[in-house]
Amino acid sequence: MALPEAKQTATEARLSALTMPDAGCTRAAREDALARVLETGLPNRRDEYWKYTQPDTLVSPEAMPAAVFSDDEPLVFSEFDRLNIVFVDGVFSAEESDDLSMEGVSIDRLEDICCKDIHWAKDLYGVLEARGQVPVQRPLAALNTAFASDGVAIHVTGKPSKPINLIYRHASPTSDAILHHVVRVESGAEATILETGPAASRFNKCMEIDIADKGTLHHVRAQGRDHERRAATHMFTRLGTESVYKSFTLTVNGVLTRNEQVVELTGDDAVAHVAGACVGDGEFHHDDTVFITHDAVNCESRQVFKKVLRNGATGVFQGKILVKEGAQKTDGYQISQSLLLDDDSQFLAKPELEIYADDVACSHGSTSGAIDETALFYLRSRGVPTKDATNMLTLAFLAEAVDEIEDSALAEAIVSRLEGWLARRN
Amino acid sequence: MAALDQTQVKEGVDQETVDAVREVGTYKYGWDTDIEMEYAPKGVNPDIVRLISEKNEEPEWMTEWRLAAFERWTKMNEPKWAMVNYPEIDFQNQYYYARPKSMEEKPRSLDEVDPKLLATYEKLGIPLKEQMILAGVEGAEDAPAEGRKVAVDAVFDSVSLGTTFQAELKKAGVIFCSISEAIKEHPELVKKYLGTVVPVSDNFYATLNSAVFSDGSFVYIPPGVRCPMELSTYFRINAENTGQFERTLIIADKGSYVSYLEGCTAPQRDTAQLHAAVVEIIVEEDAEVKYSTVQNWFPGDENGKGGIYNFVTKRADCRGDRSKVMWTQVETGSAVTWKYPSCILRGNESQGEFYSIAIANNYQQADTGTKMVHLGKNTKSRIVSKGISAGKAQNTYRGLVSMHPKAKDSRNYTQCDSLLIGDKCGAHTVPYIEVKNNSSRVEHEATTSKVDDDQLFYCRQRGMDEEEAVALVVNGFCKDVLQALPMEFAMEAQQLVAISLEGSVG
Repeated sequence: MALPEAKQTATEARLSALTMPDAGCTRAAREDALARVLETGLPNRRDEYWKYTQPDTLVSPEAMPAAVFSDDEPLVFSEFDRLNIVFVDGVFSAEESDDLSMEGVSIDRLEDICCKDIHWAKDLYGVLEARGQVPVQRPLAALNTAFASDGVAIHVTGKPSKPINLIYRHASPTSDAILHHVVRVESGAEATILETGPAASRFNKCMEIDIADKGTLHHVRAQGRDHERRAATHMFTRLGTESVYKSFTLTVNGVLTRNEQVVELTGDDAVAHVAGACVGDGEFHHDDTVFITHDAVNCESRQVFKKVLRNGATGVFQGKILVKEGAQKTDGYQISQSLLLDDDSQFLAKPELEIYADDVACSHGSTSGAIDETALFYLRSRGVPTKDATNMLTLAFLAEAVDEIEDSALAEAIVSRLEGWLARRN
Repeated sequence: MAALDQTQVKEGVDQETVDAVREVGTYKYGWDTDIEMEYAPKGVNPDIVRLISEKNEEPEWMTEWRLAAFERWTKMNEPKWAMVNYPEIDFQNQYYYARPKSMEEKPRSLDEVDPKLLATYEKLGIPLKEQMILAGVEGAEDAPAEGRKVAVDAVFDSVSLGTTFQAELKKAGVIFCSISEAIKEHPELVKKYLGTVVPVSDNFYATLNSAVFSDGSFVYIPPGVRCPMELSTYFRINAENTGQFERTLIIADKGSYVSYLEGCTAPQRDTAQLHAAVVEIIVEEDAEVKYSTVQNWFPGDENGKGGIYNFVTKRADCRGDRSKVMWTQVETGSAVTWKYPSCILRGNESQGEFYSIAIANNYQQADTGTKMVHLGKNTKSRIVSKGISAGKAQNTYRGLVSMHPKAKDSRNYTQCDSLLIGDKCGAHTVPYIEVKNNSSRVEHEATTSKVDDDQLFYCRQRGMDEEEAVALVVNGFCKDVLQALPMEFAMEAQQLVAISLEGSVG
């Protein structure tokens, strides 16, 4: 079917600004992805899946300029012993990165993979992204697969001693980055991946995560504080039998952020937790779009999303649990809540369930409202100043999402950062 | 019901529920009345629109209104976003107007009424006294009515056969008649309100309805009047290959109150039939309207053959301050349901409520829910939706709660639970929540802990477990409306209410 004219034009304009890099063993996947983009077109504001978020600036041929946000704050996880992989405006920086060798894991640059004809990542690159295009199309992810210029392939075979930290540094006010990572966690292996930083003026990131039976991956993201960055990120995760995936994302500002998480539970007894906390102040649009598919027996999924919004910020949550026929004993839980600190902010949510199995327990909840006056009064009557009391309650509100981080030290790092940001905003 | 008999029912779903659903699945109204009908030619075009208008002896402005709607309709596309699948409808291969030949001239006495029509209503279980009036007998209004009074407007295919208790209602100042009669008798009211809640070009089916609606009911309750009896409309599709397009317009003027009931059945046929209705309700200051539906169109047979495609637009506009509207629906019939009774809460402190029980069995597909649009300050809305799927059916709740920036201090509470019986069916929830101010509270819950806490507490204090208490509270909401339903609906509705909510999923 022919695309609507406006969509066709926008798609062509965007594609004309891109060139496919030397692809090596990823060539076939990239060409398939390009075909998908051409077939579906890039999203526009008429698409139901983009009902609450305007994709215009994410698909425009050129990135909107974004000032580089600088502060003297150390990086979020800087106090931890970790293996750093640094990208500056979406380009791998060997100087700033650590030595990529570590026991229990092998890490290759996408550029190196593209020179080879055979590499394990070939079986993963673009594969989960392609699976994730049904039943909802994600053309920006397909665009990413086709044109990604950098990224890493992380192969977890054991239990590496420290977390792998992907650091995205933003240096140029006009940078437009497309990164694609693939992660394979082997049977029984376990790792933690951290991601920090605003990355670029415009950032399109895709990560494909394949977790084999009994594998475990912890994933914590802190998406910077850049006030003018625009980002579209996609995480595609496939889980095997008894595997575990736990993800948490912290977003504080950024003009536009669309985080899509696509999780497929394909092995029995798998567990997936996806959580997010976001603090929006001013011109801020944050969209969490989550799609969890239960396609095996006795799996558990949890979605916990909390948003604090003020001064005209917009928070969006689109979450879906799809329980396929036969995925009995599914335990699906989803909560999305917003705390509106003033009248200018808005929260838009679409928490969906689609269930084709009868022996399941799926529930979802969504609430929106102002800060609890009674709680505020209680704190004030105990001598806590209004500002501090508000911050305290805001933090308590966000805590349920932060609690999803299993490693308490990492959770604390997030909380202390939140505390600082909340205190300084007043 | 073969499909349900073969399915393995999960442990914990009690037998009563399964039996109740099975019972509901046996369609009791599948017979037809063999009666000589008069049809308009098949298909829809400006000539058919004019013909319908002519048959209803409408004034010129109404004909023009219809033609303009038809013009719009030809440029619109059928909506595809609902989670329903059905073969493409050939809008030119069906009749848009059908009426019994004997209705050409209104019968004056019982002897003149076609005995077949009489038998039809007898078989549907409508009391004889009312039946006389329903069949169009003039003068029967003076005879004493037994028991509780319910005024009925009976619509048979494309025409209204008659409206009971008109004289008594008139004494109270209430106007209750068919819409075709209202267009002739009260053009000023129809002109003022028709199309103001559901605009002509609102959606594909509403636009089609605006062009070809053949009959329906009209209600006007004057200021300060509490309607002395319940009003109801009974829709019956009888003719084959015929679409029914009815239009209902209810106006509750300042400080008035009315409870309105709607029921519908159709014969069992192999080919699907289209039903596209529009209901508009205007609620002025301090007025209250209760609108209850027991929808029992033929759902198709156990292999999914035939049935009614029920594409309905229902909307209430709470224009005045402190106005209130309450939708209650029991959806058991139709092969495909596409229906979202909505409330526009424009007046300050206005209230909208939506209570729904939707049961889908065999190959039925239901995509139903509501829209609560909060525009005024201090507005309140409540949504309680229970969807039950069995056999190979798909049941979707789709709803919107929108708090506009000016709707300060407003409140919404939504609960939608689904129950699946068997592992071949589906239950889906698609809520949209839009909050644009911070003094409003919106809660969307699928857990069983958030029904009115006081009532829940009361029940639990009396020793009920939570599940029982919630079931009682939810049924309590529906019950006062369900109990008031006329005719045979009451029994059927009671059965539905007996369905327990055990094993619910969000």
